[in-house]
Amino acid sequence: MDFIENLGSGTRAGFNKLGRGTHFLIQIFSGVISVLLRPRLLLKQMYSVGVMSFLIITISGLFVGMVLGLQGYYTLSDFGAEETLGVMVAASLVRELGPVVSALLFAGRAGSALTAEIGLMKATEQLSGMEMMAIDPVKRIVTPRFLAGLISMPLLAGLFSAVGIMGGQIVGCGLLGVDEGAYWAQMQSNIDFYDDIINGVIKSIVFGFVTSWIALFEGYDSIPTSEGVSRATTRTVVNSAFTILGLDFILTALMFGDH
Amino acid sequence: MNNRISDQDNLVSVRDLTFSRGNKKIFDDISLDFQRGKVTAIMGPSGTGKTTMLKLIGGQLFPDKGTVFVDGQNVHKLRRADLYTLRKRLGMLFQSGALLTDMSVFDNVAFPLREHTQLPESMIRTLVLMKLQAVGLRGASQLMPNELSGGMARRVALARAIALDPMMIMYDEPFTGQDPISMGVLVHLIKSLNNILGLTSIIVSHDVHDTMAIADYIYVLSGGKIVGQGSPKEIQESDSEWVQQFMTGAADGPVHFHYPAKDYIDDLMSSGKRY
Repeated sequence: MDFIENLGSGTRAGFNKLGRGTHFLIQIFSGVISVLLRPRLLLKQMYSVGVMSFLIITISGLFVGMVLGLQGYYTLSDFGAEETLGVMVAASLVRELGPVVSALLFAGRAGSALTAEIGLMKATEQLSGMEMMAIDPVKRIVTPRFLAGLISMPLLAGLFSAVGIMGGQIVGCGLLGVDEGAYWAQMQSNIDFYDDIINGVIKSIVFGFVTSWIALFEGYDSIPTSEGVSRATTRTVVNSAFTILGLDFILTALMFGDH
Repeated sequence: MNNRISDQDNLVSVRDLTFSRGNKKIFDDISLDFQRGKVTAIMGPSGTGKTTMLKLIGGQLFPDKGTVFVDGQNVHKLRRADLYTLRKRLGMLFQSGALLTDMSVFDNVAFPLREHTQLPESMIRTLVLMKLQAVGLRGASQLMPNELSGGMARRVALARAIALDPMMIMYDEPFTGQDPISMGVLVHLIKSLNNILGLTSIIVSHDVHDTMAIADYIYVLSGGKIVGQGSPKEIQESDSEWVQQFMTGAADGPVHFHYPAKDYIDDLMSSGKRY
């Protein structure tokens, strides 16, 4: 009986939270125009959300590209097809690894920071203080961070893929002797702008949307204590990871399912 | 008993208010009036819902029953935009200060001015420095909130609360953590803001001595009810045992020091659960 009771209350709590999250998202959207009219608010958040994630994305992208170059070379050379290494590295990155891994890193680096920041603002009554000053905290604090996440994510994913392709080239061409001309030429002729690059960008926009939404909502909905904020931060990373990977499967099936 | 003056004289009227948190009734059908241009204090032991009352007046919480009128407007029936328009005319000093931690003292005080007015930066600077001078912290304008003591943070919050020249200020425990010098200045400041600018003030405090010194009218709350009300003199002379216990700080009386619990000896002797 306990199990059924827990299942029921858990499901109810889940739907309740989904409803609060959706309401929160509508509130975020209602502030978009006022934020766009004050671009400095957005730029400041793009710096802390996007620019501050630059280093982790660049270094991770480089190593992922280098590993892809190495693994790809060993597999392709068995079939005498090492000249197609560029295509393999680029396709893997722009279609999958760029959007997915950069979104996972973004959730860990920027998402957790957003949750902790908003949660602590709630715990220290800063959000209540704003409300009493007749300033909507969702419009003033949350919407700029949401838009910054939404805009930064595809840029970071693009950076991740670009650096990764260079990492693949360093290992493939520089260390393992793949012809540099073949590496780039094969990539140029086989990677399609719409099918590969644009689909990858769409994925990263979707991931940026859900990661920012989850991170900001968890912070805003957190219990205003140290433990509450800590749990909310953990939930942000875990829920973002599940959502990113689940959505990646759905988006991949929709985008590349007819090939 | 509660309609001590006509409604036009009251800036805030709380009528038949009931508010609960979970199963606990914080307010049980109480009515209070806050007269224009006066300092009204809400006093009472910890946990009696004094801060909750300020949040109900500011429209941040909704009552289970009853109404709150501020300047003739039913706060809980207002549309969001109208509530925000009303809040621009209210200042609130939070217990923690609630300063924005990513902004300097100057920017914190300038924050409501920048958000709600189109004033040029030079005028904002003048106004901010005047407000900071009033609370004695003009020299700290470039400090960040983490460089301030608790008392200083509350004084900055007060400067921010008066930045838009509100018609009413709600002070949540303004005297806590203040040294005797700052306390004296603060008491004088609250009184002079009332007298010179004609503000209405609501002070939530359990600091008996200083609150009695500046309040024109006092409500003493306990157990969800008003257990005493009147001028400081009337409160001092009250024969209510609730009021007397609070004023004298006696451990014995109708207000229990201990949170409800089972018998002390039984509790010590039982194996209990591991904490």
